[in-house]
Amino acid sequence: MYSIPVNPQYVASIIESERPDGLMLGFGGQTALNCGVKLDEMEALKKYNVRVLGTQVKGIKATEDRQLFKDSMIECGVPVLKSKTVYNFEQAKEIANELGYPVIIRVAYTLGGKGGGVAHNEIELHEIVTRGLNASLVGQVLIEEYVGHWKQIEYEVMADYDRNNIIICNMENVLSMRVHTGDNIVVAPSQTLDNHEYQMLRSAALRAAKHVGIVGECNIQFALDMDSDKYVAIEMNPRLSRSSALASKATGYPIAYMAAKIGMGYKLPELVNHITKTTTACFEPSLDYIVCKHPRWDFSKFELANRHLGPTMKSVGEVMAVGRCFEESLQKAIRMLEIGNDGLVANRKQDDTYDVEDLENRLQKPDDKILYYVAAALRQGISVERIYKLSAIEPWFIEKIKNIVDKEKDLKESTLDKKSLEEAKMLGFSDKQIGRLVGKEEMEIRKTRKEWNVVPVVKRIDTLAAEWPAQTNYLYMTYGGGVNDFDVTSDSEKIAVLGAGPYRIGSSVEFDWGTVNMVWGLKENGVKEVSVINCNPETVSTDYDICDRLYFEELTLERVLDIAEFEKVTGIVTAVGGQTANNLTPKLAKNGIKIIGTSFEDIDRAENRSNFSKVLDDLHIRQPPWQAFSQLSDAKKFALKVGYPVLVRPSYVLSGAAMKVVWSEEQLKKYLEEATNVSPDYPVVITKFMLNSLEAEVDGVSDGKNVVIGAVIEHIEGAGVHSGDSMMCIPPWSLSNKVIETILDYTNKIATAFQIKGPFNLQFLINSDQVYVIELNIRASRSMPFVSKFVKMNLISLASRAVLGKTLPHVPKDRWRKIHSYGIKVPQFSFMQLEGADIILGVEMQSTGEAACFGESFYDALAKGLMSSGYALPKEGSVLITAGGSENKEKLLQTALLLKSLGYKILATEHTAEFLSDKRIGDVQVVYKISEPERKPNIADLLYERKVDFIINVPSTSTLEKYVGMLYDEYQIRRKAVELGIPVLITTELADSFAKTLEWLRHNDTTKKPLEPYEKIE
Amino acid sequence: MLRVTEIPTKNAKHVQKFGKLVLEDGTVFDGIGFGYSTVVFGEAVFNTGMVGYTEALTDPSYSGQILTLTYPLVGNYGVPDINAKDNDGIRKYFESDKIQARGLVVHELSLTASHWNLSMTLDEWLYNEKIPGISGIDTRALTTKLRTHGVMMAALAVSEKEIDEQELKKKLASAKKYNDEEFMESVSVKEPQVYGNDKESVIVVDTGVKNAILRNVRNLGYKVIRVPWNYSIEKILSYNPKGVVISNGPGDPIKCAKTMETARELIDKNIPTLGICLGAQILGLAGGATTYKLKYGHRGQNKSCIDLDNKHVYVTSQNHGYCIDPESLKKTDFKLWFSNTDDDTVEGIRHKQKKIIAVQFHPEASPGPFDCMFVFEELKKLIGEENAKR
Repeated sequence: MYSIPVNPQYVASIIESERPDGLMLGFGGQTALNCGVKLDEMEALKKYNVRVLGTQVKGIKATEDRQLFKDSMIECGVPVLKSKTVYNFEQAKEIANELGYPVIIRVAYTLGGKGGGVAHNEIELHEIVTRGLNASLVGQVLIEEYVGHWKQIEYEVMADYDRNNIIICNMENVLSMRVHTGDNIVVAPSQTLDNHEYQMLRSAALRAAKHVGIVGECNIQFALDMDSDKYVAIEMNPRLSRSSALASKATGYPIAYMAAKIGMGYKLPELVNHITKTTTACFEPSLDYIVCKHPRWDFSKFELANRHLGPTMKSVGEVMAVGRCFEESLQKAIRMLEIGNDGLVANRKQDDTYDVEDLENRLQKPDDKILYYVAAALRQGISVERIYKLSAIEPWFIEKIKNIVDKEKDLKESTLDKKSLEEAKMLGFSDKQIGRLVGKEEMEIRKTRKEWNVVPVVKRIDTLAAEWPAQTNYLYMTYGGGVNDFDVTSDSEKIAVLGAGPYRIGSSVEFDWGTVNMVWGLKENGVKEVSVINCNPETVSTDYDICDRLYFEELTLERVLDIAEFEKVTGIVTAVGGQTANNLTPKLAKNGIKIIGTSFEDIDRAENRSNFSKVLDDLHIRQPPWQAFSQLSDAKKFALKVGYPVLVRPSYVLSGAAMKVVWSEEQLKKYLEEATNVSPDYPVVITKFMLNSLEAEVDGVSDGKNVVIGAVIEHIEGAGVHSGDSMMCIPPWSLSNKVIETILDYTNKIATAFQIKGPFNLQFLINSDQVYVIELNIRASRSMPFVSKFVKMNLISLASRAVLGKTLPHVPKDRWRKIHSYGIKVPQFSFMQLEGADIILGVEMQSTGEAACFGESFYDALAKGLMSSGYALPKEGSVLITAGGSENKEKLLQTALLLKSLGYKILATEHTAEFLSDKRIGDVQVVYKISEPERKPNIADLLYERKVDFIINVPSTSTLEKYVGMLYDEYQIRRKAVELGIPVLITTELADSFAKTLEWLRHNDTTKKPLEPYEKIE
Repeated sequence: MLRVTEIPTKNAKHVQKFGKLVLEDGTVFDGIGFGYSTVVFGEAVFNTGMVGYTEALTDPSYSGQILTLTYPLVGNYGVPDINAKDNDGIRKYFESDKIQARGLVVHELSLTASHWNLSMTLDEWLYNEKIPGISGIDTRALTTKLRTHGVMMAALAVSEKEIDEQELKKKLASAKKYNDEEFMESVSVKEPQVYGNDKESVIVVDTGVKNAILRNVRNLGYKVIRVPWNYSIEKILSYNPKGVVISNGPGDPIKCAKTMETARELIDKNIPTLGICLGAQILGLAGGATTYKLKYGHRGQNKSCIDLDNKHVYVTSQNHGYCIDPESLKKTDFKLWFSNTDDDTVEGIRHKQKKIIAVQFHPEASPGPFDCMFVFEELKKLIGEENAKR
């Protein structure tokens, strides 16, 4: 197991040292696939005699290269759209005129449709084609007929070396072809296809897979006319994908596992169905439920981002809901998203009202609220047919949404009786929604419901619609049935672990790692029955063989209580599912559920800002000055006293970012008045924002008395960048021993003071060698897998002992300091996909993933980390430096000098160039702003012509917080650079590290050592 | 705005009635009645296919049965034009001229149907054909029951008024059992029917044939002569057919003694013959094998079968309650051709010397996957060999 960049150079070097017999390319997404193709082209595979297992490179190319794909499809009698591959704009224009607008532009060899788009005219065509040509690894894009109003249907194919092949699942996209499947609401199986269409596409999928030589798994996407049985194949993914993960969870068929076996040479009929354990895996799952996948977007974190949904994927995660009717699945899915909505209708926030014209416009241009627009349109009496014509959503789906809207009206207007309640529950209404409509509290509805015996039943997902006996533990709850598939009868200890819900900004696979390791730890520590509740199809915790019972369910109070009652659980672990699970802690505790781990009271003491402060004061631990306010005038006074900037944290947010750094009274007033709702019910916490501070964190585990320190981690960026967006390093790279000792001491005191029983994360701010505590999270943190892997000590394993009340083993508090290597975690951003989003970092987290690399030195680790997260590290070339404010310019001076001495050509904007020249950095080429296109050399031209290899763009401190006095020009530079794939370094720390890494690479090679396993801690 | 044409949608009409399903073992399922208000008795069976209710309901093999669909959402795409016919005058979208199942049991009937090829809603079709349907049933619970206890007789009542449960149970107790029923007279043609005018012809012995079988034989390039189930060998041979197909159909194969006689002659005379489903069982019996009733049958579109000659596996469409005993096959001149990879039941047999083949599954699909269309080509191959010999 190597934690290194997945690129041809690194992988080739591992092949050279490990000499594997085989290589599997289909399991690491597009990154692995692209890497494999490159390795083949480099002849690295041939040289070391490595066999590609599964689909061969020829087959991969036949699906990845647009033209080859079309040719192969035509060869096997599968129709495709008319299109042509082009290499420049002139060609594109010609083809677009031939096909007629709108046309769709697709980019060869990219992730998630990156860089593609629909052009309605020549201007749009120019923009998209230029961007696409730059994004494509092979500099080609495809111009194609646009069939946005057709149905989008997908099939998942499994095939073996003997050409046996089957379909695992088909799926239908509710938002038709208009929206990328990653951003679409998807149901499985298809709902509006008749037998003829279903089988026609099924046969085409199998024919296509056979023809290109798929071995293992592939996904194929079709567009099907709504108005006839005309269809075309759109694309094929010769690898495990988001869709196949979804298909796996939707059917219970372990696609990746079977694909791996097939890659190794097993034949499909030799494999056994994992769920029945008796029947064959060479069959097609039959579902007796409907699955609904809903994407999770985080547009609100990016104020400038375009929310419009189209051919480029913008979602950051997804959920899957299982139900016995569409309405139930859809409303469950919406709740699972955790965006504050309790379903499609009757939400806390009143539905927006739109005038008809506005609504019709919105129906034609889908964004993340499209289904709410459909509901609003139905409420306004716009006909299903009209909605269909505008939205290209199949009328069947609109009719189902209408059932929800009608029921909403019915609940509002009539008194609630048992029949009506049953109907509402079958249509997926939550107790909260019903309560809101009939004027009652959620818990009152729950009570009435139970009195009337309106309770959900537990059903199994068994791959074959109950045709064969299956003792599977893969479960969901529904109101679409009257009988539980089984009952929990044992009286042994039963613990449920809450997962983390959808991936989103701030919560990703790290919490899934925590969930899975907690389950394993609990089992190792003798808990008889461990169940998991989670709803994210992309996770390992929702593999049904991880735990004793898996509830693929909502993480809402209502559903968790339903499960707790059905299971008769001993208690629930909420410490590993991130913020989602954590938020449920008080509600569950108040409903009599035992929280396994740190007690609810202690968690509450830590979460309540004043109580927490008081404990810190008692322990004589410093914290930045703060205060809670319910009046603007008091807030102003406090801010004036401690001095700007201050960090404002409202408890109720109307829109946009939740936290903000505020630099002036005017800003404070504006922010508090516009973005939040300050009142005694919703106080605002204002904290002194300490400029020029360092940030550090500790991940640890405690049993209430003994504290195990995972490691002290230092951020590379200064305070002010959210910890999730910051690069971080173990061991600390700049903190003094004294500071580290203080941190360790504080950690020990705090963990015992709050009687923490389980994992925790403490965050510190270091200013002038003084240590301040800024945050305590009594739960698993984002950095825990990184720390665990670095220190070779599984913190969650230890936490599982602690939550059960067992004593932790003694671990020296400096264990982590004895590891003489460096670990660096680098965030991964997805700005490219988020059209319009600015890349400047702030107190709100924006990264969507991360890479962790280990090395013998700081730069060894950093070089690999940077490469893993997509930074190119150019050996030579040009750097564009543009910095705001003299402080930043001063800070960048050393970096500029270093780059100069390394031979990089320096380009700079007028003021920066002047500053650098003054400091005797000669030979700086002055370049002009994008907003002054007549002045040459212009930055825009240089970017497009690829004459800039990387950019250092540090906005002045007062614009550190986004959008405040932001210079549009700087934004333009950053945005264009992102779109063109040019690295942009936006903090002085990052620029400095980057330059030093380039220097280090002049004389050194990065190491390539495998990860070492966890040590057993007794 | 993009070109988006209108697609027809229709709302259900014959719904919200009283409905009750009673099983032989006394289990009662209350639901919502739809379609035609009446009481029917039949064997309760389930099918796990996720599409194809129009094809399934008109499949004569479902005669005498009350069909439960395990997929919970039914009726979404409505029902196409029942009068549409292909060039040979065979109904385009249906497997026979009427709904053959006695009743339909579903979890949810879609109250709106939407499809470009829509002509009416499912409840409307059932109503027109005087067939009752029931929705709101926990079909998974029902399926589990049938799987554990085996298929059993059931009564399905749909009414405008409250339904008397005791009376229904009483009626069910005295209703004729599925196993005792004679189906051939009702499912087979009375007089031969001819499709197409190609030179060479193939006889299809109609023991309840699906239209898709007729279509597939036609597609091989033969004139199809569909004859009654009890047509004598002499009459069959009088057409000078190149080959014979013995079709699918309902009930216990033992009851098709006359077809069995014909089958024996076909084997004797080595006339290229393909048996499908019931036809396969009849050929097996004619060759000396025995058949038995499966506990709950095979009904679905996801059944994989292995071709024992080349070990290739195919996903097949199936609908059968009876099957050939593999042990009994050993004493005959038949060898196993296909077997079911789930439970090793007999899915196809091939005569060791003669040009006789038979499959238990449905190569004609409809509903279901097209993967086994090649079985028809096998018949053509046998005919080709025979022609070459002459």
